[in-house]
Amino acid sequence: MSGRSLNLVGLVLVGVIGLAFMFLTPRLAELDTVLDLTVYMIMAILALSLALIWGYGGILCFGQSAFFGLGAYTYAIAMFNIGESTLPVILAVILPAAFAALLGYFMFYGRISDVYLGVITLTVTLILFNSVNSTAGPEFHIGTARLGGFNGIPGIPPLNLPFNKSAVIDLEGMFYLATGALLLTYFGLRLLLASQFGRIIVGIRENERRAELLGYDPRAYKLVTFTIGGALAGFAGCLFANWGNFVSPTIFGLAQSAQIIIWVIVGGRGTLIGPVIGCIGIQWLSAALGANQPSGGADVWSKIFANAPLILGIILIAFVLLVPKGLVPTAADIVEFFLGRRRRRREQRGFEPQQAE
Amino acid sequence: MAEPLLRTRDLSVHFGGVKAVNNVNFTLAERELRCLIGPNGAGKSTFFKMLTGQLEPSHGEVLFRGQDISRAHAHQIARLGIGIKTQVPSVFDGLSVRENIHLGVSRLHSGERARRLVDEMLERIGLRDAADHVVGQLAHGQRQWVELGLVLSTDPQLILLDEPAAGMTHEEVHKTAELVREINRTKALIVVEHDMQFIRMIAKQVTVFNRGSVLVEDAVENILRNPLVRDIYLGKQAAA
Repeated sequence: MSGRSLNLVGLVLVGVIGLAFMFLTPRLAELDTVLDLTVYMIMAILALSLALIWGYGGILCFGQSAFFGLGAYTYAIAMFNIGESTLPVILAVILPAAFAALLGYFMFYGRISDVYLGVITLTVTLILFNSVNSTAGPEFHIGTARLGGFNGIPGIPPLNLPFNKSAVIDLEGMFYLATGALLLTYFGLRLLLASQFGRIIVGIRENERRAELLGYDPRAYKLVTFTIGGALAGFAGCLFANWGNFVSPTIFGLAQSAQIIIWVIVGGRGTLIGPVIGCIGIQWLSAALGANQPSGGADVWSKIFANAPLILGIILIAFVLLVPKGLVPTAADIVEFFLGRRRRRREQRGFEPQQAE
Repeated sequence: MAEPLLRTRDLSVHFGGVKAVNNVNFTLAERELRCLIGPNGAGKSTFFKMLTGQLEPSHGEVLFRGQDISRAHAHQIARLGIGIKTQVPSVFDGLSVRENIHLGVSRLHSGERARRLVDEMLERIGLRDAADHVVGQLAHGQRQWVELGLVLSTDPQLILLDEPAAGMTHEEVHKTAELVREINRTKALIVVEHDMQFIRMIAKQVTVFNRGSVLVEDAVENILRNPLVRDIYLGKQAAA
């Protein structure tokens, strides 16, 4: 099987499984499971935003949570002021994208090196965390929306169908929306990466100087990639604010930023499905560990297993040391190894004599 | 007199107190093939970097078809029509040979035409059978060919080759010389090379760099006889 047809099989598989999951889950699962799954889908969109800019664009952004949080806050603030969700959703995509474009402009056109780029993006999200964190007083408000400092903004009005304020989207509707949006994001990014633009950003990741000497301006391509990543993260933030009807500054925090990177590392850079799997798997694991809270007198092992950050830390270190490419690329290597071995064996038996190279 | 393809005026770059390239006045006609020789550290690669926008000159200027490109960005210069094959092959190591060439071709062409041009280029650099191999896993000589293919695929008017024969087998050196002569039928080239065998195969006119300046410029037969050149550069080889 050639790489191209394998690719096609993968795409069809993702589409079929995704659609089946989307339409069957609300029929088969309890409502609280559907609610949990909804947030996994939303976070997976966030994972895809970093999969694009880091995995394909080679831009190590340590502060993807900045755009996620901006999307969430923009939606919340706009919703309190406008009351109908069409414009707030658009703003929650455009504002983070514009912020990413501005930040990206200074970083890429200022020729900031990769390491500093990571530091700057992390700093930006922590600045946002601190700024929003210190807006507790009643004097901090935008229109009718109070920012609420560390306590965040509760009771955010839910999404409605476009231009129809009374058609509020219910919990099940949110699941369809989040899953549908995830599938659209996935296939949209696949299209983008198969395009001329996608080939060039991968080329720039592979060898920026060479791309430049061929006549491509890496700064412009990186800026566009970064902006698309910002827009996607903002959109995920908008859905997130909606899902819990609540947003607080922890959305900008270190834990949130680190998590997105862990999803991509575990799932595998340079793939899209990997970070989605990594994101859903790790969230599921965190939830499972969190539910496992020890009651009084539990032995030391159950206490350790109930410590989600500890377990996640061990998993991350294990991945970095043992599976540095991440789940999906490693699985692909293994499949290729066995396919290659079968092919070689067939050749040895004298079938399909191939030219020596 | 017609405007030359490339002209540098007092081109210089200083690193601290070191004058890596110092007041170089260099002229290249349309479709000329020029060899650049000189000992290590003579400033040849640095000179190439200034011609391609990878290094900003301290002073002086580079004119390409009369246009000042001394402060232009590397990608702008590439679009104007100067391509470079660097000393250490600079290719897209994680991509296949075909994907590499496609990145070059697709700056100017798309669709079916691009695919056809990619196939033609793969044929021309003799890597059609290795088209789907990842470039990082190829032998050094083959990676040189990939880079040459990349450069040619953007259809530049002036091609700079920095030691194209380095690390190649005797047979490959012949093949490269042949290709250089073929390219020269339609395009101008500047070739930096240490391999005198190779220079004899391709060159008519040779410029000798020494300590950042042009020492002498002459026909290849005269250069090889020039005692000054023997002294600074060919001494060991000529004596052998």
